[in-house]
Amino acid sequence: MLFRQAGVFHTHYAADRGLFPIPADRFMIGALLVFFALAPLLVSSLALSSYLVPWLVWTAATLGLNLILGWAGQFHFGYAAVMGIGAYSAVHGVRHGIPWEISVLLAGGMATLIGVVFAFAALRVKGLYLALSTLALQFIMDWVIAHVPAISGGVSATLQAPAMTLLGTNVTSEAALYYVALAWCLFVTVFMLNLKRTALGRALVAVREKDFAAAVIGVQSFYYKLVAFATSSFIGGVSGAMLIFTFYHAVTPEQFSINVSIELLAMVIVGGLGSIIGSWFGAAFILLMPSQINHFIAWGAKLLGMSVGDETLAHIPHVIYGAMIMLFLILEPMGLGKLYSNVRNYLLLWPFGYSRK
Amino acid sequence: MDLSYLLELGVNGALAGLMYSLVAMGVVLVYKSSSVPNLAQGALTMLGAYMVLFFSTSLGLSMWLAVPLAIVSMMGMGMGIERVALRPLAGRPIVMILMMTLGLDIFLRALAMTIWGGSGRPMRIGISDDPMFLGPLLINRAYAVGAVVTLVLFAVFVFFFQTRRGVVLRAIADDYMASWSVGISVERGVALSWAMSSLVATAAGVLWGSVQGVDQSLALLLLKGITVAVLGGMDSLGGAILAGLVLGAIESMASGVLDPILGGGSRELVVAVALIVTIMIRPHGLFGRHDIERL
Repeated sequence: MLFRQAGVFHTHYAADRGLFPIPADRFMIGALLVFFALAPLLVSSLALSSYLVPWLVWTAATLGLNLILGWAGQFHFGYAAVMGIGAYSAVHGVRHGIPWEISVLLAGGMATLIGVVFAFAALRVKGLYLALSTLALQFIMDWVIAHVPAISGGVSATLQAPAMTLLGTNVTSEAALYYVALAWCLFVTVFMLNLKRTALGRALVAVREKDFAAAVIGVQSFYYKLVAFATSSFIGGVSGAMLIFTFYHAVTPEQFSINVSIELLAMVIVGGLGSIIGSWFGAAFILLMPSQINHFIAWGAKLLGMSVGDETLAHIPHVIYGAMIMLFLILEPMGLGKLYSNVRNYLLLWPFGYSRK
Repeated sequence: MDLSYLLELGVNGALAGLMYSLVAMGVVLVYKSSSVPNLAQGALTMLGAYMVLFFSTSLGLSMWLAVPLAIVSMMGMGMGIERVALRPLAGRPIVMILMMTLGLDIFLRALAMTIWGGSGRPMRIGISDDPMFLGPLLINRAYAVGAVVTLVLFAVFVFFFQTRRGVVLRAIADDYMASWSVGISVERGVALSWAMSSLVATAAGVLWGSVQGVDQSLALLLLKGITVAVLGGMDSLGGAILAGLVLGAIESMASGVLDPILGGGSRELVVAVALIVTIMIRPHGLFGRHDIERL
């Protein structure tokens, strides 16, 4: 009833191949876009800069990781390192007087170049061994970033990000930073939505399902793996740069450590492998849920008159975070995206659900 | 940089490497029986150390009682983890299984921090700090004890795999479908291997806890353990021992040479490079089976 299909007649091919053939989907997306466009007016400035902006940027990064993990089926345990390369390249570029737009593109290019190194591991081994070699590459990248003074400015140093200038105007207000993050995230989302329908996307899925079979029907798995790693590294690099310029405003090696890689993996898994709306949900869930639950626990403890130590309270979000990953894998391995599509499929036929059988 | 200094680094490194083998053996035992690469082995090691501390300091028992009690409770824990977290995932893609063990790692680490707090605690198991000399070489006594314990445990496992139950486990490792069809309870075998893996985790936790104190950094032994396991071959216990010796010696000597040049902190780097080189050149390790997925 909600997602009514009656009366949707495709009279030309373009409509048939549209991204959202069902009107309800279009209305919902339109409403969401209006909300995102008006968000600086609707939500408080705290919520805007500390919830919405990181959510958008992490969503873009999650989509990039989902491209390699969910579509191409290749492990990448070092995605945070790729983001870090992008972040450091962009900051150094801007500090050396390169315009912001070009530095961000250069950051993406740099991340692509180094990200392809990860692809060479993927060309040799797969499965567990690919996971472990990308993990080791993450350790090496971390070490190099932290220990080469030309990159990080010395061990445990913080590099201040210069102010951001977009097309000659200074971007400093919260709303403007938010719009930059929104634009990047929407760009990546639209790219991923369309990737599904292109030859490249189908080839990636073929490689994921069975690389021998893909080779038999003429899909060169070698080439497509390389393309997948390069594309997702570009997205990761630019997302890393965006994260610094719109949210952190300063860059340190710890922002892109191995834990961040695992957090990104958790976003992809909790959101759902290969699901775009799932990436949005997954990023929000992993980013916001632990602290919300923590507030809830602190509030509950106060209500019951129990005292919970600060140190205990500081570690509970991680307990919840680990438990959530495990619970999702046991209960709904395809993640929040699958839960959403279950609900949607139910509502597609809603009062007449029996007609499915 | 004289030769005897390098030799001393090498010998002490090899002894410490045998203690890495203890972590690696835990990984290997589980991987052999169920093809689950257990990335939570580091967290189990840490938890084992905390368990011993709990029994010895909080309950005031002597070490001789605390360690066996901790081992028994950790074995129960390992079997519980297998039952609750990993059995439902049997047959799922490896990304899910890896993610599950990573989630487990985060969960166990944070749980231990929540219960016992983040500050490091000493673990005293009665190894004296007196210097010990082997010819001209100064040997770290704690490492020597650890190496002996590792070798003893390895001998116990070698013996165990000759017994009836050990043969059953070897059958499961070879082909679990075939074992199933001849009436072997694969589930029970896998649970047993998790229990054994928790046993070595506890031993590793006690030994490493006595060397570097008990805190969250014990969980970082995972990288070294997994490198040793891959280098030795993911399903070879003997390989884990030999690879531990090799990796420990290389790590200690290389970081001894590189640290003054690079300004410290090169241990992790050496281990990560060793892991990548192993996977690129010989993914099945020194003694692993050759049927490893590879392009």
